Amino acid sequence: MLTGKVAMVTGGSRGIGRAVSVALAEAGADVAVIYAGNREAAEETVEAIRKTGRKASEIRADVSSSDEVQAAVKEVLETFGNIDILVNNAGITRDNLMLRMKEEDWDKVIDTNLKGVFLCTKAVTRPMMKQRSGRIINISSVVGISGNPGQANYVAAKAGVIGLTKSTAKELASRGITVNAVAPGFIETDMTSKLGEDVRKDLLGQIPLARLGKPEDVAEAVKFLASDAAAYITGQTLNVDGGMVTA
Amino acid sequence: MADTMERVQRIIVDRLGVDSSEVTKEASIKDDLGADSLDVMDMILELEDEFSMEISDEEAEKINTVGDIVNYIESRS
Repeated sequence: MLTGKVAMVTGGSRGIGRAVSVALAEAGADVAVIYAGNREAAEETVEAIRKTGRKASEIRADVSSSDEVQAAVKEVLETFGNIDILVNNAGITRDNLMLRMKEEDWDKVIDTNLKGVFLCTKAVTRPMMKQRSGRIINISSVVGISGNPGQANYVAAKAGVIGLTKSTAKELASRGITVNAVAPGFIETDMTSKLGEDVRKDLLGQIPLARLGKPEDVAEAVKFLASDAAAYITGQTLNVDGGMVTA
Repeated sequence: MADTMERVQRIIVDRLGVDSSEVTKEASIKDDLGADSLDVMDMILELEDEFSMEISDEEAEKINTVGDIVNYIESRS
């Protein structure tokens, strides 16, 4: 399905990013796993990819740094030859109620979750335009559509990603590049494991399919959007949330 | 010299679907040849490949006419 393609996955070492990296490799893609800090996890993910028989390497980069992103893209191009698929997945949370949210919490989340998507997209646009094909898949969140108390920064960034997706899609369509977003709901990862039992219970009540999502549920959607099967889809947001948000 | 002009002309004709007789040195790429900003970006990428050079965004912004492109390329080679 993706044989011969090269994918670059930010935040690729853990959680949803890890599942996406492995799923793309299983579909035949070579994968560059971009990670910010957890080298061990990145190496473990790279090992898992190599077991599928595909090429993989871990590359450290803070997606909010223009210099680091450009260096990472250069390294991917040197190692793998080109970039066919970019998955902008890297994300952090600094949750707090508006009244208590520090400016620094706001900036950090916007820098990584929104500016990071911009910087990575900008950096791959040139090689993708030259090859006249490409797939960019941005990981947003359903809270970017519905809102969520205590996450003004995260929600603003994730809603921003949806707007960025639509604009970039219109800009790059004539060059054979599609840009879509995937909006996960409540997925079981390290990021959501911090939530208290009462919050989990409350959230479960809002999910029609009555279970939490798995990182693999999200990875399947990304794999589809990265494939030729999705060639006529661009600028869209695909919710993978068990039916939580239906707007 | 003529060679650079010819190669630039060929890329512009190919990218913008205009007639080669319209691609004079004085022709403005946007106003006379009808390129939008994405077309220009695209053309720059093609020129980079054709002449094996990198054209920075700052330099690209200064380009207005076909002659600007030819002069820029020749000043670099």
